[in-house]
Amino acid sequence: MNIHEYQAKELLSKYNVTVPKGTVINQLDEATSAAWSIETEIAVVKAQIHAGGRGKAGGVKLAKTIDEVNYYANEILGKTLVTHQTGPEGKKVRTLLIEEGCNISKEFYLAFTLDREASRITLVASEDGGTDIEEIADKSPDKIFKEVIDPLTGLTDFQARSICFNINIPDSLVIDTVALMKNLYKCYVENDCTLVEINPLVITEDQKVMALDAKLNFDANALYRNKDILQYRDLYEEDPKEVEASKHGLSYISLDGNIGCMVNGAGLAMATMDIIKLYGGEPANFLDVGGGASEEKVTNAFNIILSDNRVKGIFVNIFGGIMKCDIIAKGIVEAAKKVNLNVPLVVRFEGTNVDIGREILDNSNLNIVTAETMGEGAKRIVELIK
Amino acid sequence: MSIWINKDTKVLVQGITGKTAIYHTEQMLEYGTKIVAGVTPGKEGTCIEGVPVFNTVERAVEETGANVSVIYVPAKFAADAILEAVDAGLDMVICITEHIPVMDMVTVKRYMEGKKTRLIGPNCPGIITPGECKIGIMPGYIHQKGRIGVVSRSGTLTYEAVHQLSQRGIGQSSAVGIGGDPIIGTDFIDVLKAFNEDENTDAVIMIGEIGGNAEENAAEWIKENMKKPVVGFISGRTAPAGKRMGHAGAIISGGKGTADEKVRVMKSCGLHIVDNPTAIGETLVNTLKDNNLWRSEYGV
Repeated sequence: MNIHEYQAKELLSKYNVTVPKGTVINQLDEATSAAWSIETEIAVVKAQIHAGGRGKAGGVKLAKTIDEVNYYANEILGKTLVTHQTGPEGKKVRTLLIEEGCNISKEFYLAFTLDREASRITLVASEDGGTDIEEIADKSPDKIFKEVIDPLTGLTDFQARSICFNINIPDSLVIDTVALMKNLYKCYVENDCTLVEINPLVITEDQKVMALDAKLNFDANALYRNKDILQYRDLYEEDPKEVEASKHGLSYISLDGNIGCMVNGAGLAMATMDIIKLYGGEPANFLDVGGGASEEKVTNAFNIILSDNRVKGIFVNIFGGIMKCDIIAKGIVEAAKKVNLNVPLVVRFEGTNVDIGREILDNSNLNIVTAETMGEGAKRIVELIK
Repeated sequence: MSIWINKDTKVLVQGITGKTAIYHTEQMLEYGTKIVAGVTPGKEGTCIEGVPVFNTVERAVEETGANVSVIYVPAKFAADAILEAVDAGLDMVICITEHIPVMDMVTVKRYMEGKKTRLIGPNCPGIITPGECKIGIMPGYIHQKGRIGVVSRSGTLTYEAVHQLSQRGIGQSSAVGIGGDPIIGTDFIDVLKAFNEDENTDAVIMIGEIGGNAEENAAEWIKENMKKPVVGFISGRTAPAGKRMGHAGAIISGGKGTADEKVRVMKSCGLHIVDNPTAIGETLVNTLKDNNLWRSEYGV
């Protein structure tokens, strides 16, 4: 789960990480009072959306006067920002963070994330802050330093110090920076983060260490024990169909094509998208109905696929294991009865209770094309929507 | 004969009184798996499908000599179930449960260091040695006893590959689902090593997906060590970056973990890559023939 920058900064301040002072606004008429609360000479107006690359897209502006704050707030609030992470449709700005500016002496990159190979949390840092880590890795990989953290000890002082020396934190600020890193690690562990990225971490001209930007991601599987984090969820930032799907415990992701897919298992669901593409079609979605799906869950899945008006045909590809084909069949029939199914439907069943499943479909009087293999099914649906 | 499990494996089911566990205990027993015990705290003295239930893994092992456990415990309690099985000194633990928090698995993996127990999963379909022992949730009837090893990050895609083999009369020595999570107990290389050493495995099918670099590492290992041909498939070629495709581990982030890169590395390391998931069986057949490994009993 992603959260906004202002929420990340709010959480980090609870962990004694220094962040710039700021005010969050949702309405334009709040801009002036927000600007008055700024005690520095420069204010920063920052668009709050769940995507990186805001600066380049015009979502971050420096303002020298109250008028300028108002001017930029007016310009950005309500605007749709298109960045390299939003996709071509962009994201509408509903919230602004108006923040104190600071005089930066140096920028660094700092992040905690999972090292999958080591099965441990890793601290990654560079003295080339301010740009994407991918760019740093590309241009100066020798300037990226890592410390793999043993969960038994947590981030140790010596590891944090080692990073400080490697990225050339001034000696006088090493103690402060070590404390900051340890606080970030604490925040990561206590809230089940999957990413804590501070880019840039800055040293100001008056020799303070500060998190100028913050990106936090959280483990969706651990939200049950992090209720405070769940409150940060912003449904506006998510695809409505994905939100609806998650309510029913379905794993759904919107794509750009016109063939709706319903599959069990993530690997098979991806392979189904791939094979549709291989036969010249374009998948409209990824949808994994999961292992223990009920009839009702299948009906819901079907409804979500059909709520996408770009969908010109549906391909159901089920290999029953935990999931039984007859349950899927009943769910499909139920859904097709309720909605007026006016697009072609190709179904491929294999595995547990395949015969009962096929029989239910055959007896349903619905216009369903059955396929023996996923290859045949994919080919058929691509032909049918032409 | 196979890897890791066979007809003598004594299986313990953790969380045996749950609905899913009961169903799969039935299925496993029907397949011929020797299930000797179940564990659900507070239910000692009862029986599920004729299998005695114990309060702790330690007790179950003491009483029945179980050496492998399978976990059907809800995600909140699954990490603790793994720890309990490791503490009891089992040879292997297979964790079917999905949605276990990553931080829980960080702790589990740290705890397991230096211990003898092998963990398979979590978030996996399990492991099967056809005709002998099935541990997990895979449909038994699609499998056939034979000489091909299958290893995969995905459950249903494993079934797909196995089904394509069996339809061609080609059996499997063992099939292992290693799981779709970012932290797993047994990786591709562990399974490949075992198949490499198993004299009854002729070739291996390896099914990967986007995210991480386990497939690349495995390919490098294959290039250096593998004596048997490997057919590979990667799912998620059309997956967009930055989106988790169902599995917690299936995500392209920061330009890393793409299917194209995995396929490129796997090809360069000598794997036989399948582009179309329905051609896995066919490609394996051709690979066996090309390597003079074709046997008369195949293709029945």
